[in-house]
Amino acid sequence: MDETAPKKMIQVEGLERRFPTPDGKGQTQVFGEVNFTVAEGEFVCLIGHSGCGKTTLLNILAGLDVPTSGHVIVDGKEIDGTSLDRAVVFQGHALMPWMSAMTNIAFAVESRWPGWNAAQVREQCQKYIDMVHLTGSEDKKPAQLSGGMKQRVGIARAFSIEPKILLMDEPFSALDALTRGSLQDELVTICQATNQTSFMITHDIDEAILLADRIVLMTNGPEARVCEIVENTLPKGRTRSDMHTHANYYPMRNHLIEFLVNRSKTFAEEIAADTFDPLNPPVVRPSAAVSEVGAPSVSTSELSATKEKRAS
Amino acid sequence: MTLTLNARSAVLSIALFIVGLFAWHAMTYQPVTGPVATVLSSDELGELTSLGMSDDDITHYASFGIAFEQLKQIAGLGLSRDLIEAAGGIQALGISAVNEATEPAPGSLFPTPMQIGTALWDAVSDPFYVAGTNDKGLGIQMGYSLARVTIGYLLAALVAIPLGFAIGMSPLVYKALDPYIQVLKPISPLAWMPIALFTIGDSEISSIFVIFICSLWPMLINTAFGVANVRKEWLNVAKTLEVGSLRTALRVILPAAAPTILTGMRISIGIAWLVIVAAEMLVGGTGIGYVVWNEWNGLRLDRMIVAILFIGVVGMLLDLALARAAKLVAYTE
Repeated sequence: MDETAPKKMIQVEGLERRFPTPDGKGQTQVFGEVNFTVAEGEFVCLIGHSGCGKTTLLNILAGLDVPTSGHVIVDGKEIDGTSLDRAVVFQGHALMPWMSAMTNIAFAVESRWPGWNAAQVREQCQKYIDMVHLTGSEDKKPAQLSGGMKQRVGIARAFSIEPKILLMDEPFSALDALTRGSLQDELVTICQATNQTSFMITHDIDEAILLADRIVLMTNGPEARVCEIVENTLPKGRTRSDMHTHANYYPMRNHLIEFLVNRSKTFAEEIAADTFDPLNPPVVRPSAAVSEVGAPSVSTSELSATKEKRAS
Repeated sequence: MTLTLNARSAVLSIALFIVGLFAWHAMTYQPVTGPVATVLSSDELGELTSLGMSDDDITHYASFGIAFEQLKQIAGLGLSRDLIEAAGGIQALGISAVNEATEPAPGSLFPTPMQIGTALWDAVSDPFYVAGTNDKGLGIQMGYSLARVTIGYLLAALVAIPLGFAIGMSPLVYKALDPYIQVLKPISPLAWMPIALFTIGDSEISSIFVIFICSLWPMLINTAFGVANVRKEWLNVAKTLEVGSLRTALRVILPAAAPTILTGMRISIGIAWLVIVAAEMLVGGTGIGYVVWNEWNGLRLDRMIVAILFIGVVGMLLDLALARAAKLVAYTE
């Protein structure tokens, strides 16, 4: 890590989570030796297959679950339960169906600032409703909103409490491709405008390339590990419509696909065979310049070359 | 047919009502037939003639269904028909004969639609009269029943909803109380009556207690179920927002469980209304259930049926009120 890097907002150290096996006799490790950091203002995505404990990891970060061992340090303090500093956007929008869009957000705002009067609460809610372009739908119940609009309310609710950290658990996975695209665009704009520290779980590669500054790759569970951290080599300010024209797009994409399709399954062998250090998982920067051919694949030999360089 | 569904169903309902009325009328209608004339053999006819009775008189008295033996007695009087009538009829002269005019027709005890209509009008036009201990307007009697149901039901809600919350939120409380609930729930409310009468003594409070105990279970079980099944993610939202437990209970759990709780309350009010009639029959004194029993004992079936009709209508209104309330707290996910 750079010495000049901005301060670390989230430090995950040696995190491990075990669950009792269904027969109640033993325990299964979902993941272990998880180490990574998120700097202030940074957007980090975690990619992995279903079942690798992604949601469990996010729940631990949110304070809804506790690790079996290891620590999560947020803004210099070890976390203990939930906090209004960490807002969560849930996978299913998790809106209260008996409350209107406005009331759902107001519920969060009133929790954050209990002393505020009705006018202040309303003003804050309106600001974030406008931000996610839901002006005019304030009084609609979630059942009257489309899937994309519901998740907009969920996002507005998370932002409305002005959290230090935004945690998102596959927030767009239940949406159709078009809606997902427009919401991703808006999220980029909002996060950049507010310099929001964000941590998002996804299994959508393009989403990760568009949104993330760094991408944490997690192997398949049980006993999942963080096997690699990929730095996004595409410049900031990328958009969904132009990012695929950048030379580094395909090296990035292919590297991630290669991981999800092949290496996530066999990485246990790589870990065993290599000089793998779970405390400092290798950092990879796939780019056209490194792979020279600029497309279809970044070979594993190249990757191990990068890793050896770091190890030496 | 271009009528709406509502209009068509109304037509069908009215048709069924009219058909029902006619069937009822046909089954209870007794035509005022005269007495069946006595049929005399030629021997009997000859004997009466030989006793000096005119043919005209024989036909006249036989037409009232007077038997041969009595006809012989009339003939033995040796009086003309005019004289007999002037003396006050044959009964007055000591001859026992059936008086058809005062005999009720068999089966006519069951009231006709017209009689019910009259009794209904009487009840509706003056529902609040008091003419004696056992003779009060249906409105007053209904008031007694409704008061008992309301008190017992509200007490039950006051116990069942907080207790249901505790059971729904704590697996410990649930496991500890479950055996009691399972055993007490299937006991007929009326089986509690002797215990209540013995321990409480007062019959008025006993019937309220019976309403309380029968309304308790559906509300308790539904509240516990609703609270235990609040979606985990809503609770997680409240948790991540650091919402206190009281505020979570009031703003998340209560509204989330409200439709289930209201369903329990609706079942309970139905049961309470069923039970109050039986309880009042047992306890007596006042109330619509007592009216039914009292009118049955006095064989005033018309008034009894009107009371039964009122029980049905009020029960429907109670259910409708709860259905309205349920609509207010309903939500679609």
